[in-house]
Amino acid sequence: MEQVAIYAYQIGVSFSIFILISLGLAVIFGMMRVINLAQGEFLMLGAYACVLATQAGLSLWLSMFVAAAVVGLFGIVVERVIIRFLYGRIVDTLLATWGLSLFLVGGITTLFGPQSESVVNPLGNVTVGDIALSQYSLAMIAIAIALLIGTYCLWRFTRFGLIVRGTMQNPDMARGLGVNTDRVFMLTFGFGAALTGFAGAVLVPITGAAPPMGVFFIAKAFITVISGGHLPLIGTVSASAIFGAIDGFVAFVSSSVVGEMSVLFVAIILLRLLPMGITGHLRRGL
Amino acid sequence: MAGRPLGLGPAASPPKWWWWLFVVLLGAGLLAMPSLVDISVQLDVSIMLILALLALSMSFLWGYVGILSFGQTAFFGLGGYTYAVLALNLGETTGSMLAALVLPMLFAAVLGYFMIYGRISDIYLSVMTLVVTLILEKGIRATSGDQFVIGTVRLNGQNGIPSVPSLQIPWGGGAELFIDGVFYLAAVLLILVYVGLRLLLLTHFGRVLVSIRENERRTELLGYDSRRYKLAAFVIAGAIAGLSGALYAVWGNFVAPEMFNLSQAAQVIIWVIVGGKSTLIGPIAGTALIQYLTTWLGTQGVGQVTLVLGVVLMVFVLVFNQGLLPTVGLILAGLRNRMRAGTGR
Repeated sequence: MEQVAIYAYQIGVSFSIFILISLGLAVIFGMMRVINLAQGEFLMLGAYACVLATQAGLSLWLSMFVAAAVVGLFGIVVERVIIRFLYGRIVDTLLATWGLSLFLVGGITTLFGPQSESVVNPLGNVTVGDIALSQYSLAMIAIAIALLIGTYCLWRFTRFGLIVRGTMQNPDMARGLGVNTDRVFMLTFGFGAALTGFAGAVLVPITGAAPPMGVFFIAKAFITVISGGHLPLIGTVSASAIFGAIDGFVAFVSSSVVGEMSVLFVAIILLRLLPMGITGHLRRGL
Repeated sequence: MAGRPLGLGPAASPPKWWWWLFVVLLGAGLLAMPSLVDISVQLDVSIMLILALLALSMSFLWGYVGILSFGQTAFFGLGGYTYAVLALNLGETTGSMLAALVLPMLFAAVLGYFMIYGRISDIYLSVMTLVVTLILEKGIRATSGDQFVIGTVRLNGQNGIPSVPSLQIPWGGGAELFIDGVFYLAAVLLILVYVGLRLLLLTHFGRVLVSIRENERRTELLGYDSRRYKLAAFVIAGAIAGLSGALYAVWGNFVAPEMFNLSQAAQVIIWVIVGGKSTLIGPIAGTALIQYLTTWLGTQGVGQVTLVLGVVLMVFVLVFNQGLLPTVGLILAGLRNRMRAGTGR
């Protein structure tokens, strides 16, 4: 029974990390088809914003929202300055955002130095039987699920969500119906960046904040969204579930590196079997 | 002819006499170099030549087949590690060098089979190759423990493998190549690969590759199995990158996980973009230029070279999309046309 609980806990934590790092990308890449290689650096910016906000005296929970706002605004600036010239030129977007990623890593290292910053974990442990589980990790699982449901509801039930989905599906038609698509693209990118920034802040108590941290997440985020296929939310959730289960299990019985390598291995096999991704055969959905 | 850069026509056309002259002059210049300059310059230029091979492997795939493979560093690192591990184990280097070609080719064949025969779209392929090289880097970094030994060689994780033997001259009774020897070897191999790729693109095989870049579906409808051709090109590029990695190990007597990492992969892209991917000579020039710039920035005490490289990459993508050499070629072609129009009147 305890064994089951431990595995469930490990897999849950893994799953929530996959969701957190790839949800923003699911919006930016899954919906907008913008390959944003600076995604990992958006996470890093969120982490740094959170560290600075807590150092200024805010509580960790408030700092997460500050991080989301800061990175969201930064995302809007990036969209205006770089991305909007590159819609439809998918390879160029990828290269330009890679340049942005190098620039951000270099810039943050210059500003804050190469050392890692950390935040005190505000929660203790909870014991189940005779094993201690970190309460923060449990909170992280809850936050990941809440973000997921929030994003789903935003796209599914609000007028803004409807306009965004319509614009992504057929920008010309949306423009013909009087939608300011330019602004919709800008706001959607900003929303994706904000989600990423929030995720970065959520991860801080576990990972800390350091300039090269983005690199650790970017690979996982992209294989999750790509394996998910063309329905960004459902795809990301199902891919996160599969990869989270594999990663959580293998990392627990072996080491975290073996966990990651097995995820990559499964992802490549999965793409060979389902080249369109997990949701490739589903016609409708989000 | 409008819009075609001067002197940089499509590579599928047979080279003119002046191209051969250019190759001969370049070769002669490179071979004369070691007797004219001192050792530190030879070292700097050798590494440029070696890395230019890596850039060539990428521009061949990207510029002529239309596959943007970020993960050329995966084959680069694999080639380096293969050479290092085998040469240290066997004490023999010619075979290790060959193995450093073969193993990346096999890896490229397996990886390419899953990606190309899975028909994942080009952009997914780019991201997957990037992911592969990052995971390989992590894997190598995790091998710092005592249990990670191949033969008698410890993989050493983060720290890399030091004191990799230099290349011995085959049938030379164990005589090793020195700095100028490595220089000659790199120069000759670079020119061979450059000329080889240029001529390869003239063959039937090369023309099919270019037509896949132009329109994959039409090529398939004409009866070519594009997957087979793409896979072959992927394997060739893997071999070139592996060669580059093995030479890198010979040059520095050292291999490290950094060979796989993101900034290494980014640099390859920057060389190719800056030089211009629509030519084969452009990336070579781009490599030389950016390597020089990086070294120069290092000596100037600008702390963050990545910061500058990032800006260079963004500017080139947004403004000089064609790359340096094609842009210059376009300007020259424009000038020539204007002059012709002037004399015609």
